[in-house]
Order: sequence, then structure tokens, then C-alpha cells
Amino acid sequence: MSYVGIVLISHSPEVVEGIYDIIHQVIKDVPIEIAGGTDDNDIGTSIDKIQQAIDRANNGKGVLVFYDIGSAKMNAEMAAEMIEADDVRIMEAPLVEGAYVAAVEAGMEKDLENVAAAVTKAFGS
Amino acid sequence: MTLTVQDVVAWIKASNEKMQANKDYLTTLDQAIGDGDHGINMARGFQEVVNKIENQDYTSSSDVLKDTAMTLMSKVGGASGPLFGTAFLKLSTAVKGNDPVDYATFTNGLAEAVNGIKQRGKAAKGEKTLVDVWSPMVDFFNQEADFHTDKMAEEAKNAMEQTKDMMATKGRAAYFKERSIGHIDPGSASSFYIFDALADVIGGKA
Repeated sequence: MSYVGIVLISHSPEVVEGIYDIIHQVIKDVPIEIAGGTDDNDIGTSIDKIQQAIDRANNGKGVLVFYDIGSAKMNAEMAAEMIEADDVRIMEAPLVEGAYVAAVEAGMEKDLENVAAAVTKAFGS
Repeated sequence: MTLTVQDVVAWIKASNEKMQANKDYLTTLDQAIGDGDHGINMARGFQEVVNKIENQDYTSSSDVLKDTAMTLMSKVGGASGPLFGTAFLKLSTAVKGNDPVDYATFTNGLAEAVNGIKQRGKAAKGEKTLVDVWSPMVDFFNQEADFHTDKMAEEAKNAMEQTKDMMATKGRAAYFKERSIGHIDPGSASSFYIFDALADVIGGKA
């Protein structure tokens, strides 16, 4: 059985590790991958890390990407463009709650569009 | 006047020298209205670019600019990586197959670069971002008929200084709202160094 995957991006590695723990306590089957910090684990984001996280999270059902601020979104967009996949969605939602909603919905075996719609509905963007 | 492959390599190297020399200044600007890492990021990114392009036997300007772009994207970190990376990538595509690069081709490449920056950052003129240097420079290049080194550097400097009175509505500085007024935008300052470096290289040829 495979689920829609989730990628968490933050400028800080610790932030996404923490969010992963919060979600994983409840949802254990959904692939959740993190891309926090730069290649050297400094504050920032890395296109390479994001690309790899998206690849790992995608089991053929597509991936929803959540980010924290500013350049994280730009790097997420570039990573998604480089992968050239049409099943990667960058979500406009609060990082923690958005990813939590997505994980719960993905765990119900909903498809990419339905999980994305649930997140959008919850946060009205 | 045209730009040879060697000129383009010299331009990138000169840009790096300016980033290294002004690293602390750029960081000071960014500490005022951002996250304080612009100088470090640009200095690191451009150093990585020079490490990559020096000692290589390039036969096309497009390849030099492409390597510059890809290295900036992955090594700068922060928003500047994708933005400056996109600018050089668009320029690379625009000058492909046109060596040496003539003025019209270069001008067209700059216009493509600005469009790329605007699209990537979803920014327009007047939002206190690097668009406020790159966009006036495209207008300037369009008005002129050939590379004018002194005027080019002066124009870029003026554009950079005008960001001081702007209120940021894009980028990290936007969180500061009114408090962003009175500070030069760091990305505009580093953009000025890139045009200043270009003026130096062309001036050295004359």
C-alpha cells in the first residue's frame, strides 16, 4: 500500500525534525521526509536536500511540500522544476498544521488532489 | 565592442573579488533589515563559482554563465542563490551560440535575466529587491548603443542608492515594513558590485 508523500522544508534542521516527531507520533505509514538547513546544516535551505527529500517521499502517489519562509519556497519551486514531475505540489499553509492535516488525509489513502484540497480547505488559500 | 569568453570569465572573477572585499559591508546591510547572512552567502557562493570556472578551458560564454548560475543556486543559500542563479542562467541561455557576445545580445540577455528574477521572486520594481538595480540597468542598456563603462557603474550605483528610501514589500526585509526605510537593500548592493565588475572588465579593454 502506498500513500501520498509529504516533504517538510525549514531553514533550520531542528524545526523539521521536531515537526516530523509530532506527526510521526500519530501517523506512521505516510512517507514524511525532511529537508532542513543548508548542505552544511547551517540556517538556510538547499535545493539538493529538497530534491532528494521529494524523491524519497514519492512512492508513485505524488508529494505535497510544506515550507517555512521566503527562500524556502523559491528553492522548493526550483527543486520541483528540476525534478520535472507533475505530481509535486507546493502548499500554501502553516508548516506544522498544514503538514499534520496532510498526513492525516494521506493516511486515509486519499489521492494527491484530495489531500491537497483538504489542506487548502482547512487553511483557505 | 564585444565580450569574449575570457571577458566573461574575468567579469565573474571581478564580481567575486568585490563580494569578498565587501563581505562585511553586505552583512551589515543585511543585519539592519534581514537575517544578516547576505555578505557571507554571496562571498561563499562566488568563491565556489571561481573555484569551479578557473582553470577550465571554456569555448563559450554561455557555458561560463551556466556554471556560474548552477553553482550560485546550490552554494549561496538563502533567497539570493535562486535569484542570482536564475539571472545568470537566463543570461547564459540568451547568449548561447553568440560568441563573442555583442551589445544587443547582452542587452537582450539582461532583459531575460530580469524577467527571470521577477518571476522567481514574484517581485516587481519598487519593492526594495535586486529587481530595483537589474531593471533600471536593462532600461539603461536599452537606451545606449554600446558598453559605456563609467555611466554603467554610475547608473547601477544610483539605482542601488535609490533602494534606501523604499519600503520593502518582498523578501525578508518586508517583515520590517516601515523600518526597512533608510537602509540600502543588500541584494541591490551586491547587484551593483556585479555591474561595477562588468564596467571594470570592459574598461580594462578600452
